[in-house]
Amino acid sequence: MIEKTVSTADLEQIYDHLAEAIDRAGLDKDRLFLAKLSLALSTMVADPARVAQAIEASLRDL
Amino acid sequence: MHQPETHPRDSLFYDYAIHPYRRPPEMDGAPPTAPVVIAGAGPIGMVCALDLARFGVPCVVLEQDLQVSHGSRAIVLTRRSMEILRQIGLERPFLDKGLQWSGGRSFFRGKEIYRMVMPHDPNDRVLPGLNLQQQYIEDYLVSFCEAHPLVDLRWGQKLEAVDQDGEGVTLTVDTPDGPYRLDADWLVAADGGRSPIRKMMDLRMEGRSYPGHFVIADIKAEIDRPTERLCFFDPEWNPGNNVLVHRQPDGIWRIDFRLPDGENPEDALDPKRLGDRIDRVLVMLGREGLPWALDWATVYSANTLTLPDYVHGRVLFTGDAAHLLPIFGVRGANTGLQDCNNLAWKLAFTVRGWSPPALLDSYSQERVQAAREICEEAGKSTRFMTPPTPGSRMMRDAVLSFSLTEDFPKDLLHWRTSRPHDYHTSPLNTATGDEKTFDGGFAPGEPVRDVRLEPDDHLFDHFGDRAGFHLLVFAGPESVPPDLMAWVGARPIPLFVHVLGPTGIADPNGMAAARYGADPGSVYLLRPDMHVAARWRTLDLNALTEALERATQTTLVASPAKEPVQ
Ligand SMILES: Cc1cc2nc3c(=O)[nH]c(=O)nc-3n(C[C@H](O)[C@H](O)[C@H](O)COP(=O)(O)OP(=O)(O)OC[C@H]3O[C@@H](n4cnc5c(N)ncnc54)[C@H](O)[C@@H]3O)c2cc1C
Repeated sequence: MIEKTVSTADLEQIYDHLAEAIDRAGLDKDRLFLAKLSLALSTMVADPARVAQAIEASLRDL
Repeated sequence: MHQPETHPRDSLFYDYAIHPYRRPPEMDGAPPTAPVVIAGAGPIGMVCALDLARFGVPCVVLEQDLQVSHGSRAIVLTRRSMEILRQIGLERPFLDKGLQWSGGRSFFRGKEIYRMVMPHDPNDRVLPGLNLQQQYIEDYLVSFCEAHPLVDLRWGQKLEAVDQDGEGVTLTVDTPDGPYRLDADWLVAADGGRSPIRKMMDLRMEGRSYPGHFVIADIKAEIDRPTERLCFFDPEWNPGNNVLVHRQPDGIWRIDFRLPDGENPEDALDPKRLGDRIDRVLVMLGREGLPWALDWATVYSANTLTLPDYVHGRVLFTGDAAHLLPIFGVRGANTGLQDCNNLAWKLAFTVRGWSPPALLDSYSQERVQAAREICEEAGKSTRFMTPPTPGSRMMRDAVLSFSLTEDFPKDLLHWRTSRPHDYHTSPLNTATGDEKTFDGGFAPGEPVRDVRLEPDDHLFDHFGDRAGFHLLVFAGPESVPPDLMAWVGARPIPLFVHVLGPTGIADPNGMAAARYGADPGSVYLLRPDMHVAARWRTLDLNALTEALERATQTTLVASPAKEPVQ
């Protein structure tokens, strides 16, 4: 399980912010944008094991 | 010449009555007698009329049709709406017929991913939601209006034109006998989402309209399931979209789904296409092949739009005429009921001469702010239910995918439900010196909540349907100041005193004191719509006068004899 560390209100704001950012990246670049974002967040998490956990969780039920 | 439809609408469960048009007396030279005209006998216009009548204010209600709502439309009343109906003394038939509920379940790829539980406090008498078709809502309100001597409900009369000066309005009303002129001091525009009055006055709404169309279909079918809100995301037959199912009285089920992008809304109502989709929904409900019959179907889209001001001279907008809100979170009728409950007492105080028209500015201030909060909140749910862009769709799909195994994004699956608004910035509030000593309870601007004092005795029962301000006194050892009743009797406005304690309403377990954060001696001043105007730890008649003057926007001179209120 991935722990919930931000409030629902913050998560809602992040959700909208990400949606807008994906639209700004555009249909041909949204994958590149999401890959860059994942890398940036990984170094912020600073824990390879937890990044791996997030990768596994995200691969489920695609 | 206005010619309303005289053939009753079709329905599988509701017998539409044709209400007779009656020639208005003004057409034959009688002078107008009602200070207020309400355009539109939808739920909001009628509740407004009945609320005004409680304060002794007569009104004329104009309705272009001869029968109630086409289709079930707004089917969920919230607890707040039920409280408003109770205040006006109308709740009984709604409780008898409606189906109460408090939760819902959401499914994705055949798995239950979210269980919605709407908070229910044991102090409340009704559950958070009550399902009832709009035909019944209007039917009950029509009976109350027709029985009330102060409400003149005029069927088959269509408002055609509005003129106003600083003193009042001049209306042109078309009827089966041709047009007539009707003068009044005030016009309440409760003429619905397409508001012809809004168009006549060339007023623009602000906000956003969302792409995407939804179909609503009501079917009659024998489905043995509890009353709860069901939501199916991304069903196989409608990829990327969602389906909502609600139970209604009389064996009617509401099916609501988003159309695939690009599909023409008219095509979606084609009986064969709609029928196939309904069959597929029945499969999802575990009722494959169940016989059903269609009662009513329509197409809608989502908006978060509001007029920036609800008071335009002598014309006051309310309900859908004032705003168009998404139905996720049951916003439509429930928001309108809070509007007209706010408007009615202020308009009544103005008409009765207890307050200047400036009091009505607070109606606009409080309710436009509420509408904006709803647009903001409901906008979030709308972006989830009908993602307007590729980015929002991708995010929605990500949340759904995670929700099969992860808990952290699950709150994003719940759209907030219509709630009573807190008028914390209202100009009618008084923050007393005691305010900061209250820990809990209800602050100025907040609506107060009910309390179960004893198993079958609620605080709100003691307020009854009395129309006016309420002073709730938590009696101390010295009980009520002896000069209070004399002070109240000398005010020209309706003000009711309720004493909690050994000499008054019994609160044996201190439930009310606890919920209101009250000590012996504490006092709440409540507006007629049950929002707090001010509260104190001890009563001081000068402070009370000041708060009451602010809440009524007037100077209260003591009058020797109190005017009787009907
Ligand atoms: C097709 C449809 C489906 C809906 N579905 C839902 C739903 O599922 N859930 C939900 O919460 N809400 C729903 N709503 C919204 C809900 O019905 C409204 O929020 C609610 O009825 C608002 O009440 P109202 O009194 O403000 O307006 P209305 O109920 O629209 O009443 C306005 C009245 O004014 C009358 N009128 C209009 N113009 C004139 C005139 N010139 N002269 C005289 N009379 C006039 C009309 O005939 C009507 O009776 C739906 C609305 C529609 C139209």
